[in-house]
Amino acid sequence: MTTTTLAVLVPLLPFLGAAAGLLLGRTAPGFVRPLAVLPPLASLVLAALVAVRQGGGPAIDAHTELTPTGSVPIELALHIDGFAALVAVLVAFVATCVQIYSTGYLRDDPRYPSYAALVSLFTSAMLLVVYSGDLIVLLVGWEVMGICSYFLVGHYWETPEARAASLKAFLVTKLGDVPFLIGLFALGTDAGSFRITRVLGTVASGGLDHPTLIALLLLAGVAGKSAQFPLHTWLPDAMAGPTPVSALIHAATMVAAGVYFIARLLPVFEASQAAMVVLAVMAAVTMAGSGLAALAQDDIKRVLAYSTIGQLGYMTGALAVGDRGAAVFHLLSHGAFKALLFLAAGVIIHAAGTNSLAAMSRMHGLRDRVPDAYWTMTVALLALAAIPPFSGFFSKESVLGAAEHATAGHTENVPGAAGWIVLVAGLLTALLTAAYATRLWLLAFRGRGAEAPDHGRQPLTMTVVLWVLAVPSLAFGGLAYRSLPGWFDGRDLTPTLLTSILGTGLAVVGGLLTYGAWQRTSALAARTPLGAVAAHPEGDAGLVEAEAIATHEPAYGDIAYAPDPADPSRLLLGPLRRPAAAGFHLDAVYTALFVRPVQAAAGLVRFLDREVVDTYVRAAAAAPRLLGAAVRRAQTGNVQTYVSALLAGTVVLAVAVLLVATGA
Amino acid sequence: MHLAYPAVLSALLFCTGLYGVLARRNAILVLMSVEIMLNAVNLNLVAFDVWLSRTAQETLHSGQALTLFTITIAAAEIGIGLAIVLAVYRNRGTSDIDKLRDTAEGPDPEGPGTPAAEKAEASA
Repeated sequence: MTTTTLAVLVPLLPFLGAAAGLLLGRTAPGFVRPLAVLPPLASLVLAALVAVRQGGGPAIDAHTELTPTGSVPIELALHIDGFAALVAVLVAFVATCVQIYSTGYLRDDPRYPSYAALVSLFTSAMLLVVYSGDLIVLLVGWEVMGICSYFLVGHYWETPEARAASLKAFLVTKLGDVPFLIGLFALGTDAGSFRITRVLGTVASGGLDHPTLIALLLLAGVAGKSAQFPLHTWLPDAMAGPTPVSALIHAATMVAAGVYFIARLLPVFEASQAAMVVLAVMAAVTMAGSGLAALAQDDIKRVLAYSTIGQLGYMTGALAVGDRGAAVFHLLSHGAFKALLFLAAGVIIHAAGTNSLAAMSRMHGLRDRVPDAYWTMTVALLALAAIPPFSGFFSKESVLGAAEHATAGHTENVPGAAGWIVLVAGLLTALLTAAYATRLWLLAFRGRGAEAPDHGRQPLTMTVVLWVLAVPSLAFGGLAYRSLPGWFDGRDLTPTLLTSILGTGLAVVGGLLTYGAWQRTSALAARTPLGAVAAHPEGDAGLVEAEAIATHEPAYGDIAYAPDPADPSRLLLGPLRRPAAAGFHLDAVYTALFVRPVQAAAGLVRFLDREVVDTYVRAAAAAPRLLGAAVRRAQTGNVQTYVSALLAGTVVLAVAVLLVATGA
Repeated sequence: MHLAYPAVLSALLFCTGLYGVLARRNAILVLMSVEIMLNAVNLNLVAFDVWLSRTAQETLHSGQALTLFTITIAAAEIGIGLAIVLAVYRNRGTSDIDKLRDTAEGPDPEGPGTPAAEKAEASA
């Protein structure tokens, strides 16, 4: 088979798997699990084969036009360069892991068939985005991901949190997608084509008429999809979905799409200095803010959600300083360790029977119950905190190195200010990342108090996947940073000495600070009993998690926060802790700025409809009713009255005829 | 005989019948008044037929033939009418037309769909 055929099969197989899974889910339940696992696995093999054949050489381009579509042609096009080939491998790899994990995680779930089919569809859409060489085809995958995330986040739609979260995820990403669509049209009109290669050619020859406008419009869609400030608020709430879905959304699909999109069209953004500075500021605010918010969260998954937002901030930061190699490098290593973090968190939630860190910190021996999750999560947290030699260190240092390079103004098309913004925010975030990673590890695994509940052995499918993902989390960065430039732009990704020392030093400082704070506060834990544990030892992990999410608000008064005096974040954040737990009240701001005006406008429309328009309608009905009442009054029921009226009428008519006939 | 005599007699008979239909309360008497009106018409038909056929060469005497039809149909009609009156009397104990007001408009002029009820339905 040619490479093009293989590449077409990569997104097609999960799509066919999803279609078959949806059709056969009820009639042939035995086929559901193979149909869920095998297509992504085959895609992984094919994507790896495509990557090997592409080998970082010249991009593979293929296109066919199905039908003429008017002014600007839309073509089914493939554009596979080093970025696309490697990201596709990551997507297929994480999707396969998630599907295998889900067979154990949701083994008793009655809606598993549709769930597995949607995960496959999600994967297929992301692979389409990755391989597509045409912006409109890319948009199709982009939007299919949006609807899949809506369905999957709302998997436990019995709970109000999940319903609200799925709607929020859909609406917030759509809020970014509207400008994104307009931006794509503007780009296609300026370039005269939706083909990425031609668009880039036009940009290279300086043919864009409105680069800043287009870049900012596209940026809105990217901010929505990749959960960047100010459109990031859907991501922490999306934790109401099952844990494997979180792993999929955060590691491989959806949020990676935005970063990947900018990486593909980076020259378009580089054509506008203003867009690069906006991108840098957005990345900096996202990174620092999410780091603080992650430090205050009580829900283990929400900590990870905010950490995803922060790591995505690193990637957009790398793009803001014009180094897409570093961005995609961090995307790849982050994909591996973030998937691992989420899947391990799923095991921990199942074992502990709660998603609350405050409750876990009052449990003894949780790490002995789930040794696989303990060791793999430790590896992933070290990678997240960018401690050498774990893979996160190399990718994060490549970002910081690129930023440091840009501060000197040596990077083309990138203002020095953008470099400084990214560098300072990145170093600050390195400190915060290490702090919240340490806090999560200490609270989850170093708890003191009653024995952790026994939820039986974790399914083999779940624990094996953790170890599979631990390998790239441990070794990918160190092995790949020398060979990756050949796949990417050829820019060096080796960590520079200065940023490595600064970044690692700050990470160690953050970890030690948290450890010190924890030493002082953990003694308080025994004095303030806290925590609600869902006890369903026989239930599958999905059930335990759904219960844990549903009980968090009744038990602690807030979905994200627990009033725990033994939490080290109380010392570290001080008065900032409460607003940080609530995401700096950005949701309240949105409520005041958008939700209330929209509701007021809806109230006005309701008033106009009910009281103004309906009044006319009711009056139109009332007038005939009044006339009818007058006529009805003549209906006395007395036949003789009727006959009298008949006679009177006849006489009148006869007189009239006579008068007319005589000509009077 | 001049046409005026039967015509005036017929007019008087018709007016008598009309008064009876409009003014009598007893249903049987109303029916009898209807018969009087019919007979006034019959008289007219016969008189005009005779008067008009005086000058004609050939005539079918259709007026007189029609009178026969009217008498036949009136006989059938009064039979049914009396049967109805009998049934009404057995059912209600009266044949007073003033008291047979079943087709009168009911006491609630607004009917079931009042504006308040409609509003409640719309907002539900």
